[in-house]
Order: sequence, then C-alpha cells, then structure tokens
Amino acid sequence: MTENKLVPNLPLPSGSIQKQTTTMNLGPTHPATHGVFQNVLELDGETIVDAEQTVGYIHRAFEKLAERRPLYQVTPITDRLNYCSSPINNMGWHMTCEKLLGIQTPKRVDYLRIIIMELARISDHLICNSIVGVDTGAFTGFLYVMQYRELIYEIYEEVCGSRLTTNIGRIGGFERNFNDIAFQKLEKFLAEYPGVLREFENLFNRNRIFMERTQGGGAISAERALSYGFTGPNLRAAGVDYDVRVAQPYCSYEDLSFDIPVGTTGDNYDRFMVRNGEMWQSLRIIEQAYKKVKEFKGAEAEVFHADVPEYYLPEKMDVYTKMEALIWHFKIIMGEIDIPKGEVYHAVEGGNGELGFYLISDGGRTPYRLHFRRPCFIYYQAYNELVKGSMLSDAIVTLSSLNLIAGEMDA
Amino acid sequence: MVLTSENIMALVDEKFGRGLLTWNENSDILTLTVPPEMNLKVLQFLFENDQLGFRFLTDLTAVHYPDNAGSEIAVVYHLHNLVANVRLRMKIFLPIEKPEAFSATRIFSGANWMERETYDFFGVIFIGHPNLKRILNVDEMDYFPMRKEYPLEDQTRIDKDDAMFGRGGSFN
Amino acid sequence: MGDLLFQGRPVRFNNTVKMAEPPPGVEGEGFFATKLSDVVGLGRKNSLWPLPFATSCCGIEFMATMASHYDLARFGSERVGFSPRQCDLLMVMGTIAKKMGPVLRQVYLQMAEPRWVIAVGACASSGGIFDTYSVLQGIDQVIPVDVYVPGCPPRPEAILDGFMKVQDLVGSESIRRRNSPQYQALLAEYGIQ
Repeated sequence: MTENKLVPNLPLPSGSIQKQTTTMNLGPTHPATHGVFQNVLELDGETIVDAEQTVGYIHRAFEKLAERRPLYQVTPITDRLNYCSSPINNMGWHMTCEKLLGIQTPKRVDYLRIIIMELARISDHLICNSIVGVDTGAFTGFLYVMQYRELIYEIYEEVCGSRLTTNIGRIGGFERNFNDIAFQKLEKFLAEYPGVLREFENLFNRNRIFMERTQGGGAISAERALSYGFTGPNLRAAGVDYDVRVAQPYCSYEDLSFDIPVGTTGDNYDRFMVRNGEMWQSLRIIEQAYKKVKEFKGAEAEVFHADVPEYYLPEKMDVYTKMEALIWHFKIIMGEIDIPKGEVYHAVEGGNGELGFYLISDGGRTPYRLHFRRPCFIYYQAYNELVKGSMLSDAIVTLSSLNLIAGEMDA
Repeated sequence: MVLTSENIMALVDEKFGRGLLTWNENSDILTLTVPPEMNLKVLQFLFENDQLGFRFLTDLTAVHYPDNAGSEIAVVYHLHNLVANVRLRMKIFLPIEKPEAFSATRIFSGANWMERETYDFFGVIFIGHPNLKRILNVDEMDYFPMRKEYPLEDQTRIDKDDAMFGRGGSFN
Repeated sequence: MGDLLFQGRPVRFNNTVKMAEPPPGVEGEGFFATKLSDVVGLGRKNSLWPLPFATSCCGIEFMATMASHYDLARFGSERVGFSPRQCDLLMVMGTIAKKMGPVLRQVYLQMAEPRWVIAVGACASSGGIFDTYSVLQGIDQVIPVDVYVPGCPPRPEAILDGFMKVQDLVGSESIRRRNSPQYQALLAEYGIQ
C-alpha cells in the first residue's frame, strides 16, 4: 500500500532559479488625476525594491517666460505654479515686488490678503486630503467637500472674477474693495465649513481601514527631511515645526495667533492629520482677520491698496474720469516704468511649503532673473527613499499624500 | 551667541582669512561671494560649525550675466539656520567656457535635483554629482535654454506669426 | 397635481422629466424602423466613457466638473476610465509639453475606434499663454482633435458645453465614417495607420 507522504520542500540547488525583479512604469498618465510625473519602479512581486522619478512632463519654462514680461504680466504665470491655491502664489509674487520696491501695505490690505491666502490654503488641503481618501477607496469624502471648494471659488469670483487661476490683487493691494456679497459668502463659509470638516474627519480620522492603509507608509525622519529641504506640511508631519508665517512673518501674520500642528513619524497618516489640523488653524486665522477687518470704520474701511501710483494699476472708474489715473495706467501698461535695480528673495508659506521668489532686477522693465523656489520639486526627490521597501498600493497613497502639484514641480 | 551679521562674518573670516571672501550687507540677506573652488569647503564649514549651523539648503540656482567677462555664470545658494532663524546667501562666479563647481550633494541631499536643474538650464557641471543629467527639458536637447542668448519661443513653430504677437524687436 | 395616495402615503410624481426624442423613423406594431447610425449614435452619445488626460490647471476644473456641483455623470459618463483600451473619449486637459507629446500620441493610438478627442483649455488647443520652447503649441500637432474648448481654465459649464458638442458629433456620425477615405487621409496626415 502506498503511503501518501507529504513531500517536503527540497531546497533547490543554488543558482537554478534567478531572482528577478520586474520593471514597471508608473507612468505620466496617472489615474486619479494627480498630475504628470513618472516613476520607473523595480518590483519584487508587490514590494518596491527601487524607484526612479522623471519629471518635466509639464515644463512650461516659467522662469524664461518671466524675463520677457513686466511685473503685472508675471502674475498670471505665478497662478499656474500651485494651481490649487493660486492666490497664495499671486500674493507671494506681489509681496516680492513690494519688497523690492520698498512699498508698505496698509493693515486692512494685509488682513484681507490673509483671509484670501488662508482660504486658498484650505482649498489646497481639501483637494489633497480628499484625494488621499479617493486613493484608499473612499470617494464620498471627495464629493462632499468639493461643494465647499465651490463656495471658496465663489468668494474668489466676487473679488477678482475668476475661479481657479485667480490673478488676484495688485502690487500694493487689491484691484477692488471686497463688496458685501463677498463678506456674506465668507460668513456663510465660516458658519458652515466647521461642521463639514468635522464630518470629513469623522469619516477618516479614526477609521480603521484608513488608518491601516496610511499609517507606516512613506515615513521619513526629521533629519532626512531637513537634508532634502522639505518644508510645509510634509516637514511638519516629520516633527519639525518650521512655518514661514512664524519664522519670517509677512503680511501682518504676527498680529494673529495660531498654532502649528506637528506630527511625529512623517508617514502618510501624519501628513493627513497635519493638513486637517492646518485647516482648523486656517479657520481660526480667517476668523481673527475678519474680525480685525470689521473694526475698520468710515474712510479706513475703503482702503484696499497702498498709495503707490507708479506701481498700482488704478481703478477703472478713475482711469475713465481722472487725468492722472489715465497717465499712470498708460505708463504702467506700456511698461514705461523701470523697476529699480536690486536683488530680493521673499518666501511665503504656500500650500506645500516655503514658496520662494528670487527676483533680480537690473533696472529694466522686466525682471533680469526670476527663480521660483518650488517646494514640490524639492521634496519629490525623496520619493524613492520613501517608497523603497513598501508595497505598490502604499506607494500610490504616499504619492497622493505628499500633495504633488505637477505645475509647481516643473514650472 | 546671537547670530548677527557681524558674528557670521567674523567666524567665517577667521576660518578662511579676510580678502578671499567678499561680503555684501546691503542686500536683503547677507551675501557672501566665494572663489569657485572653495564652495564646498565653505558650505561644509557653515554646516558643521555649531555656532553658525546653516543646515538647511533653501535654494540653489544660477544667473547668467553675459557681460561679466570671465565670471558669467553665478551659482547662488540660499542657506537657512532654522534654529537661530537666520538666512545667508552664497554666490560663486564661474567662467562660461568652463562652468564647473563642486557638488553639494554630500552635505545636502536636496541639492541633487536643484543642481540637475541648474545644469539643465545653464550648463553648470557639478563635479561629484551622482546623476548629472537633464531633468526638466527633453533629454535630446543640445543647448542650455536659460542662457541669455537663446530665445524663449520655439523657432520651428509655424502657426504663430511673430509680427502679430508683438515680437520681432527687443522689449527694452 | 392633487393629493394622490398610494398605500396611504402622498405620492409626488416627477413630472419634470424630459423625454428624449426618438430618431425619425417608421413605426408600427412591435417594430420601429430607423437608420442604424441614429440608433447607434443615440446609444453611444449617452454612454461615453471619457479618459481624463488631466495634466494641469484644467484638470482641477475637470475635477470640479466631475464633482457633485456640476456633475458630468448625468451625461452618461459616470465611469471615467484611465485605460485607453476601454474609453471612447480622450479629454486632454492642460498643457502638453514636448516631453509629453509622444506619451499622448501613444495613449491615442491605444484607443479603439470609434474614438473622439476633446481639447480642453487654451494650452491643449493652441499652447495657450505658454509660447515657449518646451510646450507643444496645441495637441493637434500630434493627434486629430474633434472639439476645442477655449478658456484658461474654462468654466465647468464650458467643459460641459464642449462635452455636449462631442455628444452631437457622436450622435450624428455615420456608421461608415471610420472606414471612409477622408478619415483615412486625416489619420495619414498625422502618421497614424
């Protein structure tokens, strides 16, 4: 009688099976509309052994373009850097010009700028966090919070006329005063949004599936993050509380009080939580700034720009009725005003970190050299270190939790 | 010791000797100009010295000055001491025939892509860089587009008429 | 409407439903004779599966279009696919750089006939504000385009309008178009067999 013996797994002679890794392209055409960047991955089964990133699939030569354009024409191209929060880029650019030209903006303008910038930050973090949800399979969060992004877009439209690529503001202030409808929409947002954010957090923060998907993936230590030049929520998730709004306060941020949420391990879950925390802090900042704006009464409440006629494009009604405004309008648009010589570096806290503008002017009408210090470009270098050893699906969640905006990366 | 401009200048001059480095305090950030072959030594000193502690590389870029014969390309490093919250700008000037500088990737991992971008746009060769190839432009490109002599537009395009677009002359 | 009751509860009928027009044809008891292209077009246009090729800012406006406020799904595009093998409509949204051109062409070639292309935004239509050395001045340099939607970025209503124009094209397309010599000549211009 033959016995059914279990044949043990005999060790094969060495060298008979070669361990091979698969090379796979996580290519520029991306599901979940993240943006265009490519990763060539070496996979051992599902585990990533090595990764190499290629960027430049949307390189639009912003820096060369800026050398051809006078200061106001550069604002539309700064829009297209981090297009999820374009007002921050616009304000940063205008503040860089003001630093070079030595213009001081009035307080009311500063507070209005803060309101718009923090709305933009909320809008940016909303996209990032809801897309992290989509990548782990939760589509509802995305659909629900996009309604509130539409409300933010409506506020932008009241001020500057456009939704996404806002081209908002002027050197020295805004193009028009905020009207009552804008303030009503802002109050509606401040009333409704905290409830929405709480519901969004209820869906994700202590959700077991989400926590297990995101915790541990894409972790980076504070030393490595600093060595790579990380800034923004990604750095704060690793434990370093560096925020440009606190380190080098600009635009009267020093008058307001807010906290900086900081994580511990720098993994995907920490980044998600830091962004949620920052949205709460942004709400706090907007409420304080709005209260301060309402304190201006009478003539002061009509101030929405600094008094610098050489650089501030005058209001259209004045251009049609007053002679001086017409002359200044002509001089500014035709580029007859020279920018003084100088070199300046100004940084703002963008949605992704320290967005820096390095402007060199040689006295002509256009910048001699304008360089954007783009946080996305700098921290994407670390991606292969973040995903080495993790699985393919974790790599996707890491990619979306880093909040990579292709326009800012490639510029 | 509070890190003021005088202290920074004193510490660095003490190590490298006056006369070799030039300081500019009139700019918005204290600017230091270094002879090109010493850039790595200075960066290392700024990184390791505990009082200076410039351990964060904010930015690395280049500027092309075609009129400065012999030092056309300036490579600009923006450094930041996060603890004392002090910024520093370091510049080195390279001749256009031989734009070579030492790579800072050993000190700052973030310099990797920033130097590749500088190479891609200006042609600055960073000695010691692990992977110096084009990053943002197409790999087959054979010129360095941000240099001043090259135009912005693609000269082979046929659908846009330069005269109608207000070009065909210099802006200044 | 009155107080109609069904099982004791008031019933509210949705009497604002718009009935679609049937295509012109001959009707009889148990049959409806019409042109094949009309029926096929009607079916295709109300169930287009788009491939969102979103590169930059227009992609975010597309996300707003897909979200609940502007809702692309009510046009039949509930399922957006990312595999070109499964999709009918290639929506190119955003700037296409010269580095991305071959990728776009490859995605287009992988799509099965019938396929339509919509260029959303100024950058996809003509290069937009980026008249630079690294940007493709319009995707019609590499692939044939059916509908162009101008704007920078176009409002979601404009994207939906462009989508509806594609639906008109799809609904009125002849069955034989893809095999016709004119279409073959069009593809030959782009070097596509």
